[in-house]
Amino acid sequence: MTPRRRRIALVVGILAGVSLAALLAARAFQDNVMFFFDPSQVAAGSAPLDKRFRLGGMVRPGTVARTAGSLEMQFVVTDFQRDVPVRYSGVVPDLFRENQGVVAHGKLGSDGIFVADEILAKHDENYMPPEVARAIKEKHGGVMPVNPDIRNGPRT
Amino acid sequence: MDWTWFHRLASPPHIYRVAGTLTPWFAWPAGLLIVSALYAGLFLAPPDYQQGEGFRMIYVHAPSAWLSVMIYGVMATAAAVGLIWRMKVAHAAAASCAAIGASFTFVSLVTGMLWGKPMWGTYWVWDPRLTAQLVLLILYLGYMALRSGIDDLGRADRASAVLAIIGVVNLPIIRYSVEWWNSIHQAPSVMKMERPSMPFDMLAPLLMMLLGFTLLFAAVMLVRMRAEVLRRERGASWVKEVVS
Repeated sequence: MTPRRRRIALVVGILAGVSLAALLAARAFQDNVMFFFDPSQVAAGSAPLDKRFRLGGMVRPGTVARTAGSLEMQFVVTDFQRDVPVRYSGVVPDLFRENQGVVAHGKLGSDGIFVADEILAKHDENYMPPEVARAIKEKHGGVMPVNPDIRNGPRT
Repeated sequence: MDWTWFHRLASPPHIYRVAGTLTPWFAWPAGLLIVSALYAGLFLAPPDYQQGEGFRMIYVHAPSAWLSVMIYGVMATAAAVGLIWRMKVAHAAAASCAAIGASFTFVSLVTGMLWGKPMWGTYWVWDPRLTAQLVLLILYLGYMALRSGIDDLGRADRASAVLAIIGVVNLPIIRYSVEWWNSIHQAPSVMKMERPSMPFDMLAPLLMMLLGFTLLFAAVMLVRMRAEVLRRERGASWVKEVVS
């Protein structure tokens, strides 16, 4: 092997070794790397029920209920397979809307209600001017069609 | 194939001259593109139906983030070429990329935080995408620190090249973090195989900015590379001729 070939082998070797290490680490930490669990994962028991975790999904339309005179609110997080009701007291970000992504941080109670102490809004990748959004809404009978893929994951 | 042009690139005085000639050809279009893209993005593009005017942060955020990843790729490639072919000019090229890449990474992180507060409701969360981008910044800084920590130039070149190549593994992690794992960060709107998820009048300023930033990177890199070549060759007779 010429010295140059040896150096090429070194570069390829480094890349292969580090990629393998990263792959193994990613597999081992798969669950910890997840920023949130969706309602199906919660139903399947893959979310830690004894401690705080993040619950992510869409705000089911028509489920947001605010208590008059306080910051108390309730809504349902859905992934269009399973639902989890959420209770929260506080201010929500601007993008917290029905049919939009949301990530709630808190604990699942024994009554099945997720008590959140932090609400983050999750935006999807679609951008459009208000007029276009209005036109699409009108075409679909006044409701914005939602991308049911609340995880960003591979489109199926 | 005739490789003469490639071998000539290995000659420091040649690269010094070529870089000097090319710089304005990148710098002027870069300036024009960035100014017009800013105007188009901030004034001509329509507001977003969900985010309103706040979405305009994308015109600085996304191109900076793309550049931060692209520059790392350029840096690691140059470092590998330097390592394999013992080409000092390639090491000089890699070294001149680092600070620019770190700057774009920093800009992408800061603009993302400023956007995240009103939109997501937080400046920062330890999300896979955000964390991987922070790791990119640390890789750039580590590369720079490693280079400045080794006095012997040849050793600094080789050690930092190995670090640069190791860091390449982070690039696909950044790109696919939003697809492999649940993330608060949205999926790509533009950098994907399918049609971009935004209309043309929103997309055009974004692509102009991407091209402008790319040309800016090229211009700044060439200037930095000339300085780096001069510094490395400070004893050589051609440098004395250039400087006098």
